[in-house]
Amino acid sequence: MLTVRSIHTYYDSIHALKGVSIHVAEGEIVTLIGANGAGKTTLVHTICGLLKPSRGSIHFYDRPIHVLPPEKIVSLGIALVPEGRQIFSTLSVEVNLEMGAFLYRNENDYAKEMKERMFQRFPVLRKRRHQLAGTLSGGEQQMLAIARALMSKPRLLILDEPSMGLAPLIVAEIFKIIQELREQGTTVLLIEQNARSALAIADRGYVLETGKVVLEGTGEALLEHSEVQRAYLGRETSRNWEV
Amino acid sequence: MDFIQYLFSGLTVGAIYALVALGYNIIYNVTEIINFAQGEFVMLGGLLAVFYREVLHFPLAFAFLASVVTVGFVGYFFERFVIRYAREQAVLSLIIITIAFSIVLKGSAMLFWGKDPYTLEPFTQGEPWIIFGAALQRQSLWVFLTGTAIVVGLSLFFSRSYYGKAMCACADNPVAARMVGIPVRKMIMLSFVLSAAIGAAGGVAITPLSLMEYDRGALLGLKGFGAAVLGGLGHFWGALVAGLFLGIAESMCAGYLSSGYKDAVALVALLLVLFVRPQGFFGNAEVGSIKRF
Repeated sequence: MLTVRSIHTYYDSIHALKGVSIHVAEGEIVTLIGANGAGKTTLVHTICGLLKPSRGSIHFYDRPIHVLPPEKIVSLGIALVPEGRQIFSTLSVEVNLEMGAFLYRNENDYAKEMKERMFQRFPVLRKRRHQLAGTLSGGEQQMLAIARALMSKPRLLILDEPSMGLAPLIVAEIFKIIQELREQGTTVLLIEQNARSALAIADRGYVLETGKVVLEGTGEALLEHSEVQRAYLGRETSRNWEV
Repeated sequence: MDFIQYLFSGLTVGAIYALVALGYNIIYNVTEIINFAQGEFVMLGGLLAVFYREVLHFPLAFAFLASVVTVGFVGYFFERFVIRYAREQAVLSLIIITIAFSIVLKGSAMLFWGKDPYTLEPFTQGEPWIIFGAALQRQSLWVFLTGTAIVVGLSLFFSRSYYGKAMCACADNPVAARMVGIPVRKMIMLSFVLSAAIGAAGGVAITPLSLMEYDRGALLGLKGFGAAVLGGLGHFWGALVAGLFLGIAESMCAGYLSSGYKDAVALVALLLVLFVRPQGFFGNAEVGSIKRF
């Protein structure tokens, strides 16, 4: 459904993406791992239209989207759960959700219905519906960010570092939610530094290093790959310590 | 009763400061730009109403409306064809552009209307009311009603309507707003139209009381800015309270000290606030430290 073909993107004057190609098929969980500064977020922002690639193309269901503004891309069915959550912290939880359905503002009960669905999926949000989003805990904010993205009924959900800054228990919960979403038919592109958890639930994965894809394969294959283990899973180090 | 009299005139002029401050706040909330052409919108509103009423002989209510719409259109033009095409999109450069635009508006107004002050008939005719021995002009009540109606209307707009909430979202986090599909650019345009229209409404309301001329905008804009900062940039109720406070302080100063110093009151208040409590009465220091301006 999503095909990224050798894109180059400059972030400020840094050549952040140097010919990246990835694709995501319907119903998959695809993960993108890599160290800080590898270009993961730049790639996400390029897909979502916040940055424009200087070369290359991005197609969504065979439609070129790298020329479209972000609001147009959202309306085609791509939603982003951004890095650092980026909720509207001075607005209430409820309004945050409503904003996720902004594109459907003219459909009478759409926002109401979707809000109800989100409250069912994330009961804690119902409890906090009138609170300012900035007063939620980190895990709750992450759920709100996911719920906000789901409000537009995306076909492809992109999550940028959803585990960042969260306690392990919460991270496990977030990953469980991601798997459930896939079972319900949402395709997921998951960007993570937490490579082990991400690869464990992913069908396929890409490893990004200084703006290039250096490895790709199924989740299992990458988990077993010696280079991935050395660089991202810390296997080597722990072995050294054990010896 | 001098005190009551000063209070009335202070509240009247304060309501106008509040309206100007609201205009600043709307644009600031969505873009972080301080639009120094805000005062000119007030001037333009007053003079255009006179034009529609005296030259084109519109009914008064209609002249009011036409003036508000026209100035709203000026706001649209300003955003669409000036701000949007600024080569340097840094907030500070945009603020300087608003100063340039205010000079253009003032100059055009002078060419069109000349340097004479114009007056407009009051919205309703009649003798002033005498309350506790002080005279209250009927028009003062209109000014006050206009101000209150706009504050209430804006509060409802921003808390109830989808567009209003989306504008708040743009202010809160423009990048996230784009990511959920809110057309931030359109919201910015809307904020300029809204601010211009509100300024114009204030201008029309005050013209019957204090006349209007081409160079009134700068001082009104400055005092409105004082009120906006005093109330905490971006806070609607803060703007209202601070505007009224400034108006009353000014009027008391003119009454009990010397009317020569009255224009200094707003500026002294502004300085004091900046020294002592830079986030304003209602502002949040934490939010203030994150914002660029």
